[in-house]
Amino acid sequence: MVTTTPPAIEKNRSRRAKNASRPGDRIFSGLSKGSGITLLVIMAAIAAFLTYRTVLAVSKDSTNFFTTFEWNPAGDPPVFGIAVLAFGTIVSSVIAMVIAVPVAIGIALFISHYAPRKLAKPLAYVVDLLAAVPSIIYGLWGAIFLVPYLDGLNQWLDQYLGWTYIFDKSADGVARNLFTVGILLAIMILPIITNVTREVFLQAPKMHEEAALALGATRWEVVRMAVLPFGRSGIISASMLGLGRALGETMAVAVVLSPSFVLSGHLLDPGGGTFAQNIAAKFNEADDYGRDALIASGLVLFVITLLVNGAARWIIARRKEYSGANA
Amino acid sequence: MSHAVQDRPVAFAKPRGPLAHARLPRWAPAAVAAGSVAAGTGIGLAAGWHSKVQWGMLSALLFVLATYVVTTKVEGARQAKDRIATSLVWVCFVLAVVPLLSLAWVTVSKGLEVLDGYFLTHSMNGVLEVEAGGGVYHALLGTIEQVAIATLIAAPIGLLTAVYLVEYGTGKLAKAVTFFVDVMTGIPSIVAGLFVLSTWTLMLGFGPSGFAGAMALAILMMPVVVRSTEEMLKLVPNELREASLALGVPKWRTILKVVLPTAIGGITTGVMLAIARITGETAPILLLVFGTKLINPNPFEGAQSSLPLYVYEQYAVGTDAAVARAWAAALVLIAFVMILNLVARGIARWKAPKTGR
Repeated sequence: MVTTTPPAIEKNRSRRAKNASRPGDRIFSGLSKGSGITLLVIMAAIAAFLTYRTVLAVSKDSTNFFTTFEWNPAGDPPVFGIAVLAFGTIVSSVIAMVIAVPVAIGIALFISHYAPRKLAKPLAYVVDLLAAVPSIIYGLWGAIFLVPYLDGLNQWLDQYLGWTYIFDKSADGVARNLFTVGILLAIMILPIITNVTREVFLQAPKMHEEAALALGATRWEVVRMAVLPFGRSGIISASMLGLGRALGETMAVAVVLSPSFVLSGHLLDPGGGTFAQNIAAKFNEADDYGRDALIASGLVLFVITLLVNGAARWIIARRKEYSGANA
Repeated sequence: MSHAVQDRPVAFAKPRGPLAHARLPRWAPAAVAAGSVAAGTGIGLAAGWHSKVQWGMLSALLFVLATYVVTTKVEGARQAKDRIATSLVWVCFVLAVVPLLSLAWVTVSKGLEVLDGYFLTHSMNGVLEVEAGGGVYHALLGTIEQVAIATLIAAPIGLLTAVYLVEYGTGKLAKAVTFFVDVMTGIPSIVAGLFVLSTWTLMLGFGPSGFAGAMALAILMMPVVVRSTEEMLKLVPNELREASLALGVPKWRTILKVVLPTAIGGITTGVMLAIARITGETAPILLLVFGTKLINPNPFEGAQSSLPLYVYEQYAVGTDAAVARAWAAALVLIAFVMILNLVARGIARWKAPKTGR
């Protein structure tokens, strides 16, 4: 963004704000400063309360919170751990990223450099709208339509790529597995990644592109030499934003996955779970202590998404001028 | 634009002198595409694959390979690389459009089966969930109330925070606020729900209510409002501020009467987009509002329902009638969100901020 405030005036204004003698000025600046502080307090409170509840829960856990493959906080003694959830969350998000990032870059390039002008504008608009479709609708569509369509693909993968272990389908059942969840998450984060990436590609300096064309470069060479290097940090940060969304996605996963507390490398077997999905699924039957246990798993999710988002913001901030942060 | 230069009509495959290369005719990509789709379908039929996904993927693969082979033969390696990139980009586009179109189509066609005036004006009171009938009125009411409360909490705080960041903020506090607003944008909705659960419900001992859900939604909404308002305020030209201040207008009145009105279009858009985003949130509602079959107009006491939660519940029941209701409610929800989006973008275009250039 263009900063319209020259430094001299900025300094002047802040001095005026400090010396503001009019009561209206004092009240208004106090209010706006208070709002900013409120936001900080909320963030701190989220971290503090989740941590407090987590300590309550984990102190009574009879096993190792990080390596246990079970979720039974109501048992005597209580046994629960996040190993399966962490595995499922990471695996499904990785599948989503592997599919979504290249495709999103492709669509962004399509909109910014390849599509006929008449198609590009409405298309960008539609992608914007798609980013707003509620996740529960993706979930409903995924469970009722995507799952049956993917059954055939699953069998095919099992038949021809079963030797890779991860595509070996050892248990029967419909495609309510981590692989399907990954594909659905990919479809969901596609518009988000595309939006940010497209913005960055459109900012690539025109002069470089035209210079490359004038030297006889083909369109692909222009993209490879002038557009992609310029947009690299934008692509990375967009992917991180998408990853953050995929990690925390709740309802779509809860609707599509048939969960189980088995840690299995066979991606096509039904089962597994993610942090958010587990919270949504277990919440209704949980007693107070069970809720604390779920909050503990939520804290782990919170920390993971904080790290991912922080990294994304850091990359954006490092190269501010290419920022797509306003998406 | 680059393609304008590239797509200049070129005569057919014959080289026209020492500097011109042989080129494929302009219809070649379309022909290759049609051919590979036909081949993909044919092979899929012959091999008896049930899943259309496989047919499509095979066609896409054939398209890219055929483009490469044909172009290498006629135009040479560099052009082949260019063509292969173009075809890959097109494949990406089609790959993405197919599921998204399918999503839109399925939601609309399935939703319209049940959706009518009765559905919109009746609750699920007295309706067995496995049977047909009932409606979405209680959920619609709940959603509107929860979103309204969330907006009442989040919009003023978000707006004032943005004013602070742009008009007053200097130094460490502003930097910290900016950073944490960015981080807050990425909070998963379920974590916001858990936070309100741990304070409001577990610590203070309140039961489920629409208000509890609204607080979680407000947490999700604030950073979005701050970001979009901030961007808009930055677009307001400094000359306007200076002119107002030079006339002796106090700073707070300058902000209220000059800066905010100039950016009001963009701010409204941002707030509405934020509303659209939180309308579809299910997870915090599931934890905090709990869901009910009855009409509960009081968001401060007792369980309420909400559209996304209703979709989830009806899907979980699983009978044909319930799933049909889920689709209809999904259509209502998506229509609600899309209308908000379209209106917001309309406002943005209508009242685009005057940048002074």
